[in-house]
Amino acid sequence: MRPEVALPVLLPLLSGAISLLFWRSRAMQRFVAVAGNIALLVVSLWLFVSTLSDGYVTMQMGSWPAPFGITLIADLLSAVMVLMTSIIGLAMGIYSLATTGRGHEKFGYYPLMHLLLAGVMGAFLTGDIFNLYVWFEVMLVASFALLILGGERAQMEGAIKYVTLNLLASVIFLTAVGLLYGMVGTLNMADIALRMDEAEHTGMVEVLAVMFMVAFGIKAAAFPLFFWLPASYHTPPVAVSALFAGLLTKVGVYAMFRVFTLMFDQTMGYLQEIMLWGAGFTMVTGVLGAAAQHEFRRILSFHIVSQIGYMILGLALYTPLAIAGGVFAIVHNMVVKTNLFLISGITHRLQGTYQLKKMGGLYRERPWLAVAFFLSAFSLAGIPPLSGFFAKFVIVRAGLEVEAYVVTGIALAVGLMTLYSMVKIWNEVFWKSLPEDNDVPETATPTGDDGRLLKPSLWMMYLPVMVLALFSLLIGVLAEPIMWVMMGIGDQLFEPSGYIEAVLGVAASADDVLLEPASGGAAPEVNAEEEAP
Amino acid sequence: MEPLMAVAIGLLYATAIFMMLRRSIVKLVIGLMLLSNAANLLIFTTAGMTRGAPPLIPEGMMQPPSGVADPLPQAVVLTAIVIAFGVLAFAVVLIRRAYEVVKADDLDKMKDTDT
Repeated sequence: MRPEVALPVLLPLLSGAISLLFWRSRAMQRFVAVAGNIALLVVSLWLFVSTLSDGYVTMQMGSWPAPFGITLIADLLSAVMVLMTSIIGLAMGIYSLATTGRGHEKFGYYPLMHLLLAGVMGAFLTGDIFNLYVWFEVMLVASFALLILGGERAQMEGAIKYVTLNLLASVIFLTAVGLLYGMVGTLNMADIALRMDEAEHTGMVEVLAVMFMVAFGIKAAAFPLFFWLPASYHTPPVAVSALFAGLLTKVGVYAMFRVFTLMFDQTMGYLQEIMLWGAGFTMVTGVLGAAAQHEFRRILSFHIVSQIGYMILGLALYTPLAIAGGVFAIVHNMVVKTNLFLISGITHRLQGTYQLKKMGGLYRERPWLAVAFFLSAFSLAGIPPLSGFFAKFVIVRAGLEVEAYVVTGIALAVGLMTLYSMVKIWNEVFWKSLPEDNDVPETATPTGDDGRLLKPSLWMMYLPVMVLALFSLLIGVLAEPIMWVMMGIGDQLFEPSGYIEAVLGVAASADDVLLEPASGGAAPEVNAEEEAP
Repeated sequence: MEPLMAVAIGLLYATAIFMMLRRSIVKLVIGLMLLSNAANLLIFTTAGMTRGAPPLIPEGMMQPPSGVADPLPQAVVLTAIVIAFGVLAFAVVLIRRAYEVVKADDLDKMKDTDT
């Protein structure tokens, strides 16, 4: 019994439920939002420490033995993702206190935020492929509702694209799960991995691998499947944008890492080529799209796409070092990208617009904000000694080792182009003086997204921004111990036997499992169904 | 039975994708509904269709006799139906609200947020 694996999923569900109980009390919901996220961070740290010492932490739901019940498992990758998610969650909890208008709070902003976190955590921790689908849906439904809070026209238009393409991805995922079950007769990911090695190798395996790649590719916003992202991410309230930017696409990338290293490792030779090109095009189209934009959040949205390319490149190169680099890129990107969105929220509060042309003069007015932006933006572009440099360095190094020179060259060039966009924002927002036609709103009377007066002052927005900027700097300074953890992840993902043993037990082999009747199969699935709605 | 199901599922997928490619948002949602139903039927069929053999353990035995129907895909499909129902309910509300705001049942009129 290892409660620390289940707690990161249960705690946000619980906080969400408590939040719902206090539907009418705004103060109580705000308190639960922050307290719940602090508790989540503590639990995630606990999980991280135990995976560091033990390698794998598993728990069988309802005590059904492994291939029949739902397994929760944390390896180092899951634990790191859970830890980063809870850090982002806490930052968002505090930031939301200052930016979320009463109107949004009344429509259940905080319970939805907890539900979203629960979905993300569940996706990171589950060891069952159908359960992964269920958690994806939990996360999606929460994100749908958050995306349209406020009901502006732009939000509706963005939401239709977001909802359609993400549902399409879900159906492709579900279809692939169904076909996979028809082929191997199990849903437990470790068990699937075991049976896949023995299954007669027909073309079906490749078809399934490509279906999973397309489904997760849509969710991760990879080229050429990313169009929902820049169409929708700049429309919701800024705290929601930041939360999405930090978490959602990364869950898609995580699922890719998990599925392709564990279950489809024998098809990687075949898929590598497609993934390499996909990663290259993702990086280039994202960064070019950003170069054409003049709206703060749109530029950042396109840069999400471009950064996803680096993460997929880490997987596509498929060496332990490259995977370590890819995960490093995920960790770095979660911090930095969230922070850039948070900063865009502050500048919007200060100058009343997201249009770069209408902004200016913030370097003189708010030097510390400028410093925070400087750290995050240059980290995104990969300037040493910030976090982005090391992520990029490891991936490029791994690319040179396997002699994938073209795509490595693209990765380096895209870094330069990223710098161009970031310098554009820096020049327009911070460096040039404020254009005269801008009627700057009174900062003394900050308003929420719904235009009503808000009490808490700017420091609640500054606090998470400063902490995250410092965090990006720290990741750069402490790159060596972090790289040590990342190499551990690379080795674990590259050697899936450890994962399989942790789930199925040391003695279990495919033959033992096959002889046992599938008597316990139905009951645990019913659990999943109860969690779903 | 399986070949018939396969044809039906294929037709459902095809119809769904055809509907989703139309410009009307109502047809878009109809397409989504058909798509999720097609996926559910597909899970049901690929796992193997067994008739008249419920997975019950007879008295005095520890495990079901061989050849019984696999109960897991049905549990999976049930879960998927519940999820699809919830999500589609949201989608229907969304298109209604979008229609109110945009005042058109036409995806070509919703290009403001594209770039």
